[in-house]
Amino acid sequence: MSTSEQHTPAEAQGSHDWVEVQDSPDFRELRRRLRSFVFPMAGLFLAWYLMYVLLADYAHGFMSTKVIGNINVGLILGLLQFVSTFAITTLYVRHANKNLDPKAEKLRNELEGGQA
Amino acid sequence: MNGNALLNIGIFGIFVAATLVVVIRASRNTKTAADYLAAGRAFTGPQNGIAIAGDYLSAASFLGIAGAIAVNGYDGFLYSIGFLVAWLVALLLVAELLRNTGKYTMGDVLAFRMRQRPVRAAAATSTMAVSFFYLLAQMAGAGGLVALLLGITGKGGQAVVIVVVGALMIAYVLIGGMKGTTWVQIIKAVLLIVGAGVMTVWVLAKYGLNLSTLLGAAVDNAPKAGEKLLGPGLQYGATGTSKLDFLSLALALVLGTAGLPHILMRFYTVPTAKEARRSVVWAIWLIGLFYLFTLVLGYGAAALVGPDKINAAPGKANSAAPLLAEALGGPLLLGLIAAVAFATILAVVAGLTITASASFAHDIYANIIKKGEAEDKDAEVKVARRTAIVIGIVSIVGGIAANGQNIAFLVALAFAVAASANLPTILYSLFWKRFNTSGALWSIYGGLAVTITLIVLSPAVSGKATSMFPTADFDLFPLSNPGIVSIPVAFILGYIGTVMSKEDDKEKYAEMEVRALTGVGAEKAVAH
Repeated sequence: MSTSEQHTPAEAQGSHDWVEVQDSPDFRELRRRLRSFVFPMAGLFLAWYLMYVLLADYAHGFMSTKVIGNINVGLILGLLQFVSTFAITTLYVRHANKNLDPKAEKLRNELEGGQA
Repeated sequence: MNGNALLNIGIFGIFVAATLVVVIRASRNTKTAADYLAAGRAFTGPQNGIAIAGDYLSAASFLGIAGAIAVNGYDGFLYSIGFLVAWLVALLLVAELLRNTGKYTMGDVLAFRMRQRPVRAAAATSTMAVSFFYLLAQMAGAGGLVALLLGITGKGGQAVVIVVVGALMIAYVLIGGMKGTTWVQIIKAVLLIVGAGVMTVWVLAKYGLNLSTLLGAAVDNAPKAGEKLLGPGLQYGATGTSKLDFLSLALALVLGTAGLPHILMRFYTVPTAKEARRSVVWAIWLIGLFYLFTLVLGYGAAALVGPDKINAAPGKANSAAPLLAEALGGPLLLGLIAAVAFATILAVVAGLTITASASFAHDIYANIIKKGEAEDKDAEVKVARRTAIVIGIVSIVGGIAANGQNIAFLVALAFAVAASANLPTILYSLFWKRFNTSGALWSIYGGLAVTITLIVLSPAVSGKATSMFPTADFDLFPLSNPGIVSIPVAFILGYIGTVMSKEDDKEKYAEMEVRALTGVGAEKAVAH
């Protein structure tokens, strides 16, 4: 990897024992907080999207059922996809600001500051 | 409409002149490769978010989706839902980690812990492939739009216009680099969203701000489709094959976005991962809002213009939005909206061109040919500029050939290539400890080969009256969109390729994971 200048910043800081950092309780906690949020959430929205697509694809009658005036089930479920996307976005930002950023910042300062 | 051609050209000319001034001003500070290829990493999250919306809301989103809804009703709406939900993949799994581990391109992230020359070559190849399909779609859209606006129905005349669009985009990219291109995206995104917003309110106002009344009017004005315009199935519901095709398309849309190289590159134009997150959040809100507008515009075009008239117009479904503008505000609004649509094509094409040229200059030239030892950073920029010219010419030629194809469909193919060739590798690379060079190569080349083979053998290319080559007949694969086969295959190939190789660099993965999550040693903004 010496062929890429991509690593210059780290080399300038000296080399860390990355495996040790990766195994540290702080880092493991950060990874747990990230993964325990994004993986289930990704599974959830993909399942919900897939369910919607399958309904639109194979349940035409159900989706065309009118609810209010000309507004049918399909349109409502479609608009709910917009709502859930906006909601998950907001939830993730809140989670990241509150639970991920402070932890990541602390680790970053330790790693970068430790070499200064 | 020919009488208004001069007005249309005039409005478009003003846009081109204004953006060129901005691009020239923005380029004054462009000195280094980081300036040229990543805009000095100095854009704020909101600015970059608007630019992402500009990059993403292509002619396919505006003309394509509005047209698809006007003609095919609910099935057109499904495109926009896939295009929007897809952003959650980018937000949750890709954007920030990618920002922390790369420099300019997707190849950077792969090269982090793998053998860099082969993976960079692979990443550059798939970047070029996706960009090429996407460029084709935009250029084909330019031809159709011009047909409508200037009344140029001859293929020769449309070809001239495609050449002009191509030449303008080369100019933007050469002069402005990433910074200039980003400003063009920002201006265009604002014009597009405001324009669509005004038309949306206008349409709704005609129906007492009642969506249900608008839908009723659309049904009344679509004698062929009738009530079916409001439910799913009009376009894709006919047979078992077409339903499967729809499922395939839906998968490609939701998994393609986070693999689009021109979107990935946008994450490098901001100073930190946190700003990358903010930009995606801005992009999601703007893009979502815009797709809600297109729902109203599509049904509005059905109600006020009518599917039959739209299908009879030059440019067919792609002309629904401009025709709606004319029905609402006469020639002046038509001219304005057409100029916005043109600007959209121009900006997206410029964004794609800079991405493909950056990938060539950074991955192939600087890191493979020069083995990363080129001290002269100007050379990388010089190569990027020359590549932009070549890509411009190739896309002009391809655009002339693809003229007349449905743009939303062509873009869907680009998404299928991105979802198959890029996304599996990106996700494995960021989250799977064991992943290695062999896995990346299997997944990228395998995914690319399967996707392109299936596209070539699909009814989109041959065997049907609507095919690219209607007289030939080699459509062995029944689906128009290959996603449902090619995406799982690419994931599986990535797995097989990985376990078949002994390469397993735990230390490099540790470094990558720590950096990805904490931002240690990430590329900083350029100070001027």
